[in-house]
Amino acid sequence: MVATTSHALPQPVIGPEQNDTSVSEQLSDLVLVKRTPLWWYAGMGLSAALMLWLVVAAGYLLYFGVGVWGVNIPVAWGWALANYVWWIGIASGGTFISSLFYLVGAEWRNGVNRFAESLTLFAAAAAGLMPIFHLGRQGLFYWLFPYPNVMHIWPQFRSPLLWDFFALAAYVLNSIVFWYIGLIPDCATLRDRATTRRAQIFYGVLALGWRGSARHWANYKIVYLVMAGFMAPMVVSVHSIVGLDFAAGIAAGWHSTQWPPYFFIGALYSGWAATLLLIIPIRRLYRLERIVTERHLDIIARFMLATGLMLAYCYSLEAFQPFYRGDPAERHFFLYSVFGPQGGSFWTRNALNIFLPQLLWLPAVRRSTVVLWLLSLGIIVGMWFERFNFVVAALAHDYIPSYWFNFSATIWDEGILYGSIGLVLVGFFLFIRLLPVVSIFELRELIHRRRKA
Amino acid sequence: MSEAAATPIYGLVGEFAEAAGAIATARRLHHEGFRRFDVHSPLPLEELEEILPARPRTWLALIMFGGALAGLGFGFLMQYAIAVIFYPLNIGGRPLDSWPAFVPSAWEICAFATVYIGFAAFLVFCRLPKPYHPIFNAPHFARASQDRSFVAVAASDPLFDAERVTAILREGRAASIAEVPE
Repeated sequence: MVATTSHALPQPVIGPEQNDTSVSEQLSDLVLVKRTPLWWYAGMGLSAALMLWLVVAAGYLLYFGVGVWGVNIPVAWGWALANYVWWIGIASGGTFISSLFYLVGAEWRNGVNRFAESLTLFAAAAAGLMPIFHLGRQGLFYWLFPYPNVMHIWPQFRSPLLWDFFALAAYVLNSIVFWYIGLIPDCATLRDRATTRRAQIFYGVLALGWRGSARHWANYKIVYLVMAGFMAPMVVSVHSIVGLDFAAGIAAGWHSTQWPPYFFIGALYSGWAATLLLIIPIRRLYRLERIVTERHLDIIARFMLATGLMLAYCYSLEAFQPFYRGDPAERHFFLYSVFGPQGGSFWTRNALNIFLPQLLWLPAVRRSTVVLWLLSLGIIVGMWFERFNFVVAALAHDYIPSYWFNFSATIWDEGILYGSIGLVLVGFFLFIRLLPVVSIFELRELIHRRRKA
Repeated sequence: MSEAAATPIYGLVGEFAEAAGAIATARRLHHEGFRRFDVHSPLPLEELEEILPARPRTWLALIMFGGALAGLGFGFLMQYAIAVIFYPLNIGGRPLDSWPAFVPSAWEICAFATVYIGFAAFLVFCRLPKPYHPIFNAPHFARASQDRSFVAVAASDPLFDAERVTAILREGRAASIAEVPE
C-alpha cells in the first residue's frame, strides 16, 4: 500500500477480505490449533513470578498486620487505597468502552470489547483485594454485609464507604455475567471447531448447548442490550462513589464535590490506556492486524486525547479551587501537595497524563504503535501517581501542623502493588490462551453490516 | 419404507451458504403457515425477528424491568428498615430517614438484580443449558456456529410433509437437505 493512500482514506475497522469463515477460523485456531507460543510462556512466567510477590506480601501482611506498611496515623490510607482506586479505574474504563459504545452502535467496538471486558474482570478482582487487605482485621470484612447477627449491629448506610462496598460487589458480579453472556456464542464456535475431546467438553460446557437458533439470538439481543444499558451508568456510579469516599471526608484537599467526575474521567482515561497497552502487543503477536486494525488504534488514541483534555480541565479546577475558596488550610494543602515531599508524584502525573499525551494530536504518533504503547504506559503510571498523591498528601497535611506526617512506603507496600499487576497479567495470559480474544460473532455481524451498507 | 418410518425423525434441515437464502426460506415457511421451524445461524439475523413471535422478547424486557424495580425497592426498603427501625443512630440530631443517602446502594442493588434476573430469564427462555438437541445430528451442523445457516422444520409441525418441505428448501437453494433423526 502506498503511504499516501493511508493518509487520504480512513482505514477500515476490518479488512475487506475478511468473511465469516476466515474470522471463525483465525480466532478459534489461535486457541485450539496453534501451539502455545514461546512468548506466552515467557509472559506467563514473568507474570506468575510477579503474582508470587503478591502471595508473599499478602501472607506477610495477613500474618503481621497492616503495621508492615508505611501507613500510620494520620496517614491511615496509603498505597492500598491508591492501588484500589487505580485498579477500579482501569476496570471501569474497560466496561464503559464495551457497554457505552455498544449502546451508540460504534462499529470499531467489536474488535476491542472482549479485550476491554476481560481486562475489567481481572482489574476489578485486583481492586477488590485492596480494601480487604487494608482492613486491620481482614477476616472480619464480611461485617460490611448487612446480615442479621447476634451483636444486633447493622452497617451504616449513610457512609460512602458502605456504598462503595455495594458498588464494588455488584459491579464485579455484573461484570462476570456481562462478559460471560458475550462469550456463549463464541464458545459454541470453539466447541464446534475443537478436535480433541477435552476441548469439546470444556467449550461445550461453557457454551451451554448454544445452537444459534433464531429464538436464542432474539432473546440474546434484548438481554444484552438491557444489560449494556445498565452497565454503562453503573460504571459511572461505581467510580463516582469511589470519589465520594473522599469527598465525604473532611480533610483539606478531599472535601470537595468535584471528585466524582474527576475520578470517573480518570477511570475512563486509564481504561483507554490499559486497553491500548495490552492490545498493541497482542495484535502483533497473534497477527490480528486485519481484525484490530490501525483504525481501532487511531480511534482509541483520539478518545484518549479527548479524555486527557477533560482530565486537564479537572486538574486545573483542582488547582483553582483552593485559591478561590479562601480557606487557608486548603491553600496550604495544595502547595504542600505540589511542592512537598509528595510533589514528585504531582509533577509526574502532570507530565505523564497531560503534557506528554498532547503528542497524540500528531497523526504520525497515533499511527506509530511503539509511541502509542509508550504513551499508554506513561498514562497508566501517571494515573497511579495521581491516585497516590491524592490519597496520601491530604492525610499527611491535615489542619493541625502538629499532625503533619511524612509518609514513606515499605517493601510490603511495593510487594502488594507489583504483585497485583502480576495477578491481573496472569488472568490476562490465561484469557488470551483459552478464549477467543476478539468477539467472533460480533465480527461476523460487522462484516454483514458492512456488506449490506 | 417401513424401516424409515420406524426411526422417528426430528425433522428436515436445509443448509444454506448465505444467510439471505435462509431468511427467504424462513419467510416462505412462515407465509405458508409453518410454525415449528427454526433458523440456526452464526450471527443474529434481524430480518427473522419479524416472523418470530414477539411475546418472549417483550416478556424478557418486562422481567428485567421487574427485576430492576424489585432490586430498587428491596435495596431501598432494606436500608430504610436498618437505618430507621432496627438500628436507629442519632448523630447530631440528623433525621433517621435520610433517604438521599440510601439511593446509591439501592441503585447498585437494582443493577445487580436486573442483570442476574435478566440472565436467569434469558437461560429459561432459551431453554439453556441444553447439552443435547436433535439438531446437532444434522450433517455439517458444526458450521452453524461458523459460516453456514440452517433452516430446520420439525416433524411435529402439523403441516409437516417431507416432500413439500424438501421442495421449499430446494427452491430456497439449500446447499444440502437432510433428515435429522430424533
